[in-house]
Amino acid sequence: MGRYILGRLISAIPVLLGITVIVFLIMALIPGDPATAILGSYATPENVEKLNRDLGLDKPLVSQYFIWLGNMLQGDFGTSFSLNRPVIDEVLERFNATLILAGTSFVICSVLGIMAGVISAANQYGWADKGITFVVLLGISIPSFFLGMMMILFFSVNLRVFPVSGMWPIYGTRDIWALLNHLVLPATALAVVATGVIARLSRSAMLEVLRQDFIRTARAKGVHERGVIWRHALKAAMVSIIPVLGIQAGFVLSGAVYIEIVFQWPGVGRMLVDAILTRDILLVQGGVVFVAACYVLFNIVVDVAQSLLDPRIKT
Amino acid sequence: MMGFLKLLARNRLALAGGIVLSFVVLLALITPLLPLAEPNVTNTAARFQKPFSEGALLGTDHLGRDLLSRLMWGTRLSLAVGFAAAVVAATLGAAIGIVAGFYGGRTDNLIMRGVDMLMAFPYILLALAIVAALGPGLFNALIAVAAVNVPFFARNIRGITVGIAHKEFVDAARLAGLSNTRIILTEILPNVIPVIVIAMSTTIGWMILETAGLSFLGLGSQPPQADLGSMLGEARSALITNPHTSVVPGIMILIIVMSINLLGDGVRDALDPRLKSGALSRPMAATLVSRKDPVPPAEGKGLLEVQELQTQFHVKDRVYRAVGGVSLHVKPGECLGVIGESGSGKSVTALSVMGLVASPPGVITGGAVRYDGEDLIGAPYRKLREMRGRNVAYIFQDPLATLHPLYKVGDQLIEAIRSHRPISKSEGQAKAIDLLKAVRIPNAEKRISDHPHEMSGGMRQRVGIAMALANDPDIIIADEPTTALDVTVQAQILSLLDDLRRSRGLAIVFITHDFGVVGQLCDRVAVMYAGRIVEEGPTQSVLETPTHPYTARLMACVPELGAGKRRLEAIPGLPPVVDKLPKGCAFADRCDRVQADCRQGEIDLEREGTRAVRCIHPVIPLKEAAE
Repeated sequence: MGRYILGRLISAIPVLLGITVIVFLIMALIPGDPATAILGSYATPENVEKLNRDLGLDKPLVSQYFIWLGNMLQGDFGTSFSLNRPVIDEVLERFNATLILAGTSFVICSVLGIMAGVISAANQYGWADKGITFVVLLGISIPSFFLGMMMILFFSVNLRVFPVSGMWPIYGTRDIWALLNHLVLPATALAVVATGVIARLSRSAMLEVLRQDFIRTARAKGVHERGVIWRHALKAAMVSIIPVLGIQAGFVLSGAVYIEIVFQWPGVGRMLVDAILTRDILLVQGGVVFVAACYVLFNIVVDVAQSLLDPRIKT
Repeated sequence: MMGFLKLLARNRLALAGGIVLSFVVLLALITPLLPLAEPNVTNTAARFQKPFSEGALLGTDHLGRDLLSRLMWGTRLSLAVGFAAAVVAATLGAAIGIVAGFYGGRTDNLIMRGVDMLMAFPYILLALAIVAALGPGLFNALIAVAAVNVPFFARNIRGITVGIAHKEFVDAARLAGLSNTRIILTEILPNVIPVIVIAMSTTIGWMILETAGLSFLGLGSQPPQADLGSMLGEARSALITNPHTSVVPGIMILIIVMSINLLGDGVRDALDPRLKSGALSRPMAATLVSRKDPVPPAEGKGLLEVQELQTQFHVKDRVYRAVGGVSLHVKPGECLGVIGESGSGKSVTALSVMGLVASPPGVITGGAVRYDGEDLIGAPYRKLREMRGRNVAYIFQDPLATLHPLYKVGDQLIEAIRSHRPISKSEGQAKAIDLLKAVRIPNAEKRISDHPHEMSGGMRQRVGIAMALANDPDIIIADEPTTALDVTVQAQILSLLDDLRRSRGLAIVFITHDFGVVGQLCDRVAVMYAGRIVEEGPTQSVLETPTHPYTARLMACVPELGAGKRRLEAIPGLPPVVDKLPKGCAFADRCDRVQADCRQGEIDLEREGTRAVRCIHPVIPLKEAAE
C-alpha cells in the first residue's frame, strides 16, 4: 500500500510541472507588461524599466520560468502588488476559507447524492424515483449563483434564519456555531449541482449492479433487502461512484468561486476574481497553481480510496 | 433516423424540453423584429419599476432599462455565445482527438498527456487564468469556456477514432493509396460526426451556464451590453430591495438549461439500446406473482413439490412462456436431475421456487411451489426471505460472477449465517472455517480472508457450496454448478455433493445440460424442452430406454468414453422461441419421427408407473420402457 501511494505521488510530479508550465504560458501571453499595469499608465519609462528588471521580466522566458518555479518550490510565490503582502500568505489564508466551504459542500453532495441515487434505483419507476429524478434535474439545471441569491432572499431576508453573507459575524464571538450558521446557505447552494450529478450517476451505477449475479446470490442466501441494496449493491457500485466523486470535487472547488462572490465568503475564488480585475498577475498565478496542485493531490487520495475498496486493483 | 426521432418523441419529457427550447431559440432569433424597447436606453426616472407596470411588462432595472427587452437581447447573446463556445470546443477537440487517435504512437501519447494536464485543473481555474491573461470581455470568456471544454471532446473523440482507425474500411482506403488527410476527411470524420453532435448536445447546457457564470463574475460581457449572466451580476446589488431584476434573468437561464438537459437526456436514452429491451430494469426482491387460475391442491409427494408452475417474461407487449406448467417433486436424501438445452426453462423453474426470477420482466402466472405442503408462491416477502438459504439453498453456475467481488469469502459465509441467526464474530469465523473444511478446501483458516478473484474456479465453486450449506438447508437447488469447471474439478465437485447428500440427508435438485453428470449423481431425471417436461423417470431407466425422441437425441449428443469413434450427433435446428410456441409438440420441427397429428393440439404427459413421457409417437412405447 505504501509503495502504491508513493508511486502515485511520484507520477503526480510531471502533472504538477505541467500545470506550472500551462499557467506560466498563459500568463506570458498577456499583452503589455505587468510593470505598466502595476505602476499605472502615467509611470515614467525609467521606473517601468527598473520594475521590469526587479521582477526579472527582462530575462528570456525559459529562465523566467525556472526562476519562478524555483522560488515557488521554496515557498516564495512573490508579492501581490494590490495587497502589498506575500502571495503565499494571502493564498493560504483564503484557501483555508475555501476549504471549509468546499469541504462541507463535498461531504453534503457525496452523502446526499449517493443516498438519493440508491433510493432512486431501489425504487426504480416508483414515486420516490420520479420525485428524486425531477429534483435532480432541477438541481443540475439551476445556476448555483442564482440559487444562492434566491436562498439569501428566502432564508435570510424573508425568514431571517441564516445570515446574509460572510464567514463570521461582524460583532460577536467567532465560535464553531457562528461558523456553521454562516456556512449552511453557501455550502448547500454549492452542493446542489454536484449532488444532482452524483445522484444520477449513483442511480445508474446501482441499476447496473443490481442486475449482477452476485446480487441474486445475496438474495438466495436470505440477506435482507436492505442489506442487498445498501451493502452488496452499494459497495459494488462505489467502484464506479468514487471516480465521479473525484471529478465532482473539482466542480465543487470551481463552483466555490461563484458562491464566494454571492455570499461574500473570503475564499480563494473571490480573491482570484478580484486579482483578475486589478490585474494582479502574481496573485492569479500563485492562487491557480496552489489550488490546482491541491486538487491533483486530492485525486491521489481518491485513487487510494478506490484501491482500498477494490482489492482487484493491483497496489 | 426516423426511428430515433420517434423514440425521442415518445419520451414526453424530452419532447417538452425540445418544444420549450425551440420556442426560446425562435424568440431569440426574431428579437430584432419584435416591438421591444431599446435594451440599453437608460431612464433613471423610471428605475426599478415592478413587473407588469405601465410600458414595462417585466419592470425595469437599476438604470430604468426595460427588463423584457434586455432579457430577450440577453437570451439571444447567451444562446449565441454558448452555442459558439460549444462549436469551437467541439471542432478543436474533435480535431485534436482525431489526430491523436488516427496517428497513435508518440503523437497520441504527447497529445493525450497534454489533455490530461489540462484536465487536472478544476475547470474554472483554467478559465479564470485565460480570462486573466486576455482581459475581461465576452469574446475572451467565450475563448476561455471553449478552451476549458476542448479536453473533454478530445478525449471522447480520440476513443472513438482509435476504434475506427483499425477497421477494415480504413485499411482498405490505406491500401488504395489515399493520403492520411483524405482518409481522415472521407472515412473517419463521417463516422465520428454523430458522436460529436451528441457530445455537443449534452455539453451545450454547461457551456451556457459557464459563460453566464463568467459574465456574472464581471469577466464576460461588459456594460452596457448584457447577457443573462451579467444581468444577474448587475442585479445582485439590488437583490434585497428589488429581487425581480435578479429573478427574471435567473429563471431564464434555468429554463434554457433545463430544457437542454431534458432534450439531451432524451437523445441519450433514445440512443441507448439497453433501455428499449428493458435490460436496465432492476430486479425486485422477489418475483412478481399474478395467478389467475386456482391453486392446485397439495399432493404430499415430497418435501419440495412444484405443481403446474408457469413463469413468464413480459417484455413490452410480448409474453415469453419460459415455464409452461412444470411439475416436479423431490424427497429428503433424493437427487432429482433436471436436464435440457439452454432456454428450455430449467433455470427459470429452479429460480421460481424461492422467487428469485428477475422481475421485471419475470412473472409467476400459475401453479404452486410447496415446501412441506405449504404453498410459497405469493407468500409475503418476509416469509420467503426467511426460507431462502435456511430451508432451500442455491448453488449457481460461474462462482466468479455469483460471489461478491469485493467481500472476503469468509465474510460472505458469515453473512449467510447471520442472515438467519445472530452469532458473534468469532463464532462466525469458526463456523466459516468449518464450512470451508466441509467442502474440502485446504488451508481453510487462511482461505477465509481471500477475495473470490484470488481463488481458482474449483475453489470458488466449493465456496459457493459451503455458502449453500451454511444454514443446514433441507433442499439444495444446484443450477449448473459444474458447467464452468474443467472435467477433473467437475468430478470432485460432484462427488462432494453426493457425499453431502448422503451424510446430511439433503434433497438436491440438480440442473444441467449434461447427461453424463445426471448418470453419476441423480436418482431420477426430468427432461425439459421449451418450458415443459417431456420425459421423466428413474435415471437408470431413462438412460437405458429413452422414449421421447428428444431425450434419445439429447443422449446421442454425449460422446461415450471408451465407446470408440461414435459420431457426435447434434440436434438440427433450434428450440422454438417461447413467445411463439407452436400448436402441439414443440419439438415437432426438429423431430425425425414427426407425424401430422403431432401438430394438432395439446399433448399430455402420459404416465406409466415411475415413467412419464409427452409424446404420441415415442421411440419405444412407454409401457415397454417402464418395465
